[in-house]
Amino acid sequence: MKFQIEDVTVYFPYDYIYPEQYSYMIELKRALDAKGHCLLEMPTGTGKTIALLSLITSYSLSKPQTPIKLIYCTRTVHEMEKTLAELKLLHNYQIKHLGPQARILAIGLSSRKNLCVNPTVLAAENRDSVDAGCRKLTASWVRAMAAENPNVPTCQFFENYERAASAAVLPPGVYTLQDLRVFGKEKGWCPYFLARHMVQFANVVVYSYQYLLDPKVAGIISKEMQKESVVVFDEAHNIDNVCIEALSVSVRRQTLEGATRNLNRISQEIDRFKATDASRLRAEYNRLVEGLALRGNLPITDNWLSNPALPDDILKEAVPGNIRRAEHFLHVLRRLVQYLRGRLDTENVEKESPVSFVASINSHAGIDQKTLKFCYDRLHSLMLTLEITDTDEFLHIQTICDFATLVGTYGRGFSIIIEPFDERMPHIPDPILQLSCHDASLAIKPVFDRFQSVVITSGTLSPIDLYPRLLNFHPVVSRSFTMSLTRDCICPMVLTRGSDQLPVSTKFDMRSDPGVVRNYGKLLLEMVSVVPDGIVCFFVSYSYMDGIINTWNDSGILKEIMQHKLVFIETQDVVETTLALDNYRRACDCGRGAVFFSVARMLVSYRGKVAEGIDFDRHYGRLVIMFGVPFQYTLSKILLARLEYLRDTFQIKEGDFLTFDALRQAAQCVGRVIRSKADYGMMIFADKRLLARAIKGEPEIMGDFLLSSSSELVDECRYSRYDKRSKLPSWILSHLRDVNLNLSTDMALHIAKEFLRKMAQPYEKIGGSGRKTLLSEEDLEKMGDGGMDEMLY
Amino acid sequence: MASAHVTKRAKYKTTIKDPGTPGTLRMTFEKILFVPHNPKSAGKLDVEFRYIKGQKHTKEGSNKPPWLNLTNNQNGSFIFEFENYSDLQECRDFVGKVLAKGGEVSEKPTVAYPDEQLSAAEMELRIKLLQEDSELQKLHKQFVLSGVLTETEFWATRKKLLDREASKKTKQRLGFKSAMISDIKPSTDGRTNKVTFNLTPEVILQIFAEKPAVHRAFLSYVPNKVPGALKQFFSSSSWPVNNDPIMSERTFWTKYFRAEYLHSTKNSIAAAAEAAEDEELAVFLKQDDILASEARNKIRRVDPTLDMEADEGDDYTHLPDHGIFREGNKEMTESQNELYKRSLSQDINRHAAVVLEGRAVVFLFENIHVSLDCICSMNLNVDVELEDTKAVAEALAQSKQKSSNKGESDGDTSRERLDRLSRMTEIEDLQGPNTLPLAPLCIKDPRDYFDSQQANALRTSGDALGGIEQIKCGLSTQEVYGSLRESISSIKAMGLKEPIFKPEVAHQVFDALTNSISNTKYHIGKNPQESVLDRLPRKTKEELLHHWTAILELLKHFWASYPITTTYLYAKVNRLKDAMSNIYPQLEEIKGSVPSELRHQVSLLVRPMHQALDAAIQHYEASMQKRSAQSGERPNGYV
Repeated sequence: MKFQIEDVTVYFPYDYIYPEQYSYMIELKRALDAKGHCLLEMPTGTGKTIALLSLITSYSLSKPQTPIKLIYCTRTVHEMEKTLAELKLLHNYQIKHLGPQARILAIGLSSRKNLCVNPTVLAAENRDSVDAGCRKLTASWVRAMAAENPNVPTCQFFENYERAASAAVLPPGVYTLQDLRVFGKEKGWCPYFLARHMVQFANVVVYSYQYLLDPKVAGIISKEMQKESVVVFDEAHNIDNVCIEALSVSVRRQTLEGATRNLNRISQEIDRFKATDASRLRAEYNRLVEGLALRGNLPITDNWLSNPALPDDILKEAVPGNIRRAEHFLHVLRRLVQYLRGRLDTENVEKESPVSFVASINSHAGIDQKTLKFCYDRLHSLMLTLEITDTDEFLHIQTICDFATLVGTYGRGFSIIIEPFDERMPHIPDPILQLSCHDASLAIKPVFDRFQSVVITSGTLSPIDLYPRLLNFHPVVSRSFTMSLTRDCICPMVLTRGSDQLPVSTKFDMRSDPGVVRNYGKLLLEMVSVVPDGIVCFFVSYSYMDGIINTWNDSGILKEIMQHKLVFIETQDVVETTLALDNYRRACDCGRGAVFFSVARMLVSYRGKVAEGIDFDRHYGRLVIMFGVPFQYTLSKILLARLEYLRDTFQIKEGDFLTFDALRQAAQCVGRVIRSKADYGMMIFADKRLLARAIKGEPEIMGDFLLSSSSELVDECRYSRYDKRSKLPSWILSHLRDVNLNLSTDMALHIAKEFLRKMAQPYEKIGGSGRKTLLSEEDLEKMGDGGMDEMLY
Repeated sequence: MASAHVTKRAKYKTTIKDPGTPGTLRMTFEKILFVPHNPKSAGKLDVEFRYIKGQKHTKEGSNKPPWLNLTNNQNGSFIFEFENYSDLQECRDFVGKVLAKGGEVSEKPTVAYPDEQLSAAEMELRIKLLQEDSELQKLHKQFVLSGVLTETEFWATRKKLLDREASKKTKQRLGFKSAMISDIKPSTDGRTNKVTFNLTPEVILQIFAEKPAVHRAFLSYVPNKVPGALKQFFSSSSWPVNNDPIMSERTFWTKYFRAEYLHSTKNSIAAAAEAAEDEELAVFLKQDDILASEARNKIRRVDPTLDMEADEGDDYTHLPDHGIFREGNKEMTESQNELYKRSLSQDINRHAAVVLEGRAVVFLFENIHVSLDCICSMNLNVDVELEDTKAVAEALAQSKQKSSNKGESDGDTSRERLDRLSRMTEIEDLQGPNTLPLAPLCIKDPRDYFDSQQANALRTSGDALGGIEQIKCGLSTQEVYGSLRESISSIKAMGLKEPIFKPEVAHQVFDALTNSISNTKYHIGKNPQESVLDRLPRKTKEELLHHWTAILELLKHFWASYPITTTYLYAKVNRLKDAMSNIYPQLEEIKGSVPSELRHQVSLLVRPMHQALDAAIQHYEASMQKRSAQSGERPNGYV
């Protein structure tokens, strides 16, 4: 369909549009007009992505004199693929109606691992080895060598691409990663470098958050993006975490050992060069004296990861004299590693600010702040000089240099925490030194400064006023949309008691209670026999899930569950999890039905993002069960430090933040079941804590915090005025009826049956009398500009 | 078999009194050929064996001459008089053999009526249907073979069954059990420490399917007769096959269960220790390398919208030691022992994947199962029948080979990936209806559905049943009229909305219907608890049920024949009526055969049958009278 929003003709690839999509577009357009940033919350299952793409491309088409570029950031590669697929649909539609003038170039960009088509490089196990494998074939010095000696292997795809030179362009169109690979294979050009090259010319670029937020990656990929770009962060409810992670580094014993090995190898290389080609080292020294940290423009293939500090904070001056010579720099690094090793040998948990840490380095190891700051650049330069291609072997020393650079650059917003062992396993010494960033606004600041419009959107941004504070920006539009539903197609429930009427919770003192485990099992067993197709279960942590599955296996509950549905489990192995998910979908497709056990919050940072990025819509998820409330691990010193920082800087209470964080996580998990208004799904929050606060309105002690060593924090939580329920996004809240707030297993089962029967009936898609939930082109015309708002709200 | 044909001198008699035409009788597996000596005489005969239904013969020693009477299925018969009893004997045996061999098949296709041109395929389909459904077969035997109904008539009411589409659908095949193999619990004899595992071919197949490494180990360790082709396959598919067999099958499985036991203790250190000592045991304890390589292949074909592996490949924030260790990710075990640690989750995932894939392998499994109908019992201290497990292992290997070939030739995986991608992205209700490829629901017998509903209804609540009775069924005419008017006026005012009924109402009606239908079923029939029928002797019950279906069949045809417009229908009705009146005495007989305390129940059951038959016969007679009144002058009521 085609309609006007003020002066913009919007092309929308479907016959109907949801009213909230329409108003979402209106708000978005206002933000674009104002050339400002905006914050939009709209529930999942209302087609945010297509609304965004549709408006921004149409906006750009209607103003051909000032075309804007769209930089669309997704959290994951599969979301990237999905976005591109939607864009493809839209693009075909626009071409059909506008003809060739609607042609755009849209590409997805990912790492070599996902784009490379050279089989020898691709055979490597992980990303780092693929990157290194590529450099071994394409680095400028390798190619120079190959020009003289035909026995030196090079990459045919890259050579072809180079030979084609300026002729190597992508014709307009929408390219998913797969399309890029196919195109590259066909032409014999390297898809990765082709895509990197085309990023400058593309109208739409879809890539991962880090390509914009993480200075290490952004520095090489997103340097040349023009200001007239609209940056979209989709599913951005976790953007603060991405930001702080981008600037955090940790050092462990293995890192130091690896770094020492790296240093030995570098010193060998230096000796070798001294013997054979001393002029090269001298040339580097001269260059550094002249003040150039790096040799101007590097060939695209020589680029490695960029400086970990943000571009504005990198000093543009000459490398200090004491590390200009390679041997001197090596000595500095050895001293640094030695110092860090000393710090790791501690008995107690230590927390320090970067300033005092730097002062301590200076006094103990004799390395001053400025030297630390230049560590990254100096290392990079040295490795280029030494023509090192197997970069994957040198990650450890790189970590050390990144750490040094960051600690030398930033005085506030960070802290250094040294833990001698994991709190949960005090008998196993495993010291770790972490430089953790607390201030999410640091990493995102350059993005807000550089681009005219930044759109932050997600299904769960409640409370919406928190994000501008966390990220320190001023949105021109900040709006939360509700979902107009044709029928009550979501059915949230709070289950507080098991079939034996005993309370269930993952509260710390209860979580290993066999009664609770059994009740959880019974709940799932009952649901499995009633709910068709797919069921997803989220557990609060991996270890909890592992324990509960083992218990269920021993007690035979798992076997009974298997009688009804196939069982798939998220594991710590990404490949296995991916295959399990794929099989899960197949099982749902063929009607066999399946249960997927997943973790709401993965142990290993954000790797394994089932809870985050995988959709369980339609028959892939008719029911989501949240076993417990996914609080962060409150013993984590890093979390405590961050909470402290938030309290001091933004006056955000610890309890509030934790609850907010747990519930956005829970909402994310359950929000994945709805894809459209024709879809339906149930959500069960199985924890009594959700109820106690909601109903009585009186604070209840959150069990997880009892564990906390900080008694202050417990008090804070105990008297927190907010109840947890009200922090759930409004689209879930509005369907959470009071009768569904305090259920036991049998009651939940009954409600589930009723709900499923009701949903199986035919219904009118357009919506009942009065409120329309589906608008046609005519409807939009009829409403004109004025009537819209009244109609909707 | 001695010979494929028999040739004897005989006389062919059309009736018993007929003196007979002398000639030569020649019988082959297909047909019976009688050539008279005198070419001019009329007695030439050429009958196909499949029309022959049975044989009678005179006994040696009786005063009758050696006669062989072959009855065909049109109630005709061919009588041959032989020269002596030994000839008769030979022919009789031959006919017996042919009939036994043709057995069901030759019996069922039966009468090819001149008005019906059946293709071979159609014929086959009918035979298949009859073979699958014994009830249908009984009816067919009863009515078609006895001539009450013609073949065409019989099938005309079952067009749905003959539907090409439906028949083309592949039959459901048996998949793997949903239970995990780790659920195989050993049995102990209680006195010694000895445990016994019972391994069926099915279990072995499942173990092999879920653990390719065990499969490979089996093929390479256990002395075998693996065909060369298989060996080649294994060597080509990067499965290094150890060529010197070193284990008996018994030790193999003993080791396997030892390993499983170690695994179940979750003591990876002990496992590592044992594995270090025993090379073969280590095979079972180690991570499955074949699975790992399979996973690498599969990951390329995975749905891009959930490819988390690609995700990790794009994640530069989490370089080793970058980012935040949110909760700490310390590995608890040392890497060496890690090798011997296999998590339950992995097992479960693998199991589910195999169950899901299962189908590719199953057809082979069926074959094996037939050849191994005995359960091969495996005792840790007792030998196993070697061929059996061997067969399983080899069959699985062959099927793997096939599927791997298929996987290679399958080039359009990327296309499938794209399809899935676009399906995942479209928003379904924003556009016109999109017809997805749906598998048609195949409910051959609706009773199965209602039976299952019955079970549900019983299980869930008594209040649902109670609730139905409260639904007011009787409405006065006035009320009905009123409600009709009301709905018409509402339609006038608001237009026809898509759901004419409120979903709640429809739901209620549907519920009530389901319940009541399943209820009646419940009282009549199959449900094993406290049904009336179940108190009857088994034989009586079966007879009753059979009569009931037979009566239904007859009535169906009977009522369908009215109004009578052709002589054909007239003849049919007559035939049906005769058949129906035959049932009366049979019913009486059943009543008589049961013990007296059950007689009342039976007569209650028989009564509706009687009533239905009565009504039909009454109708028949009334219409006959009408006809004869109309055309009194015509002799036999023929039009």
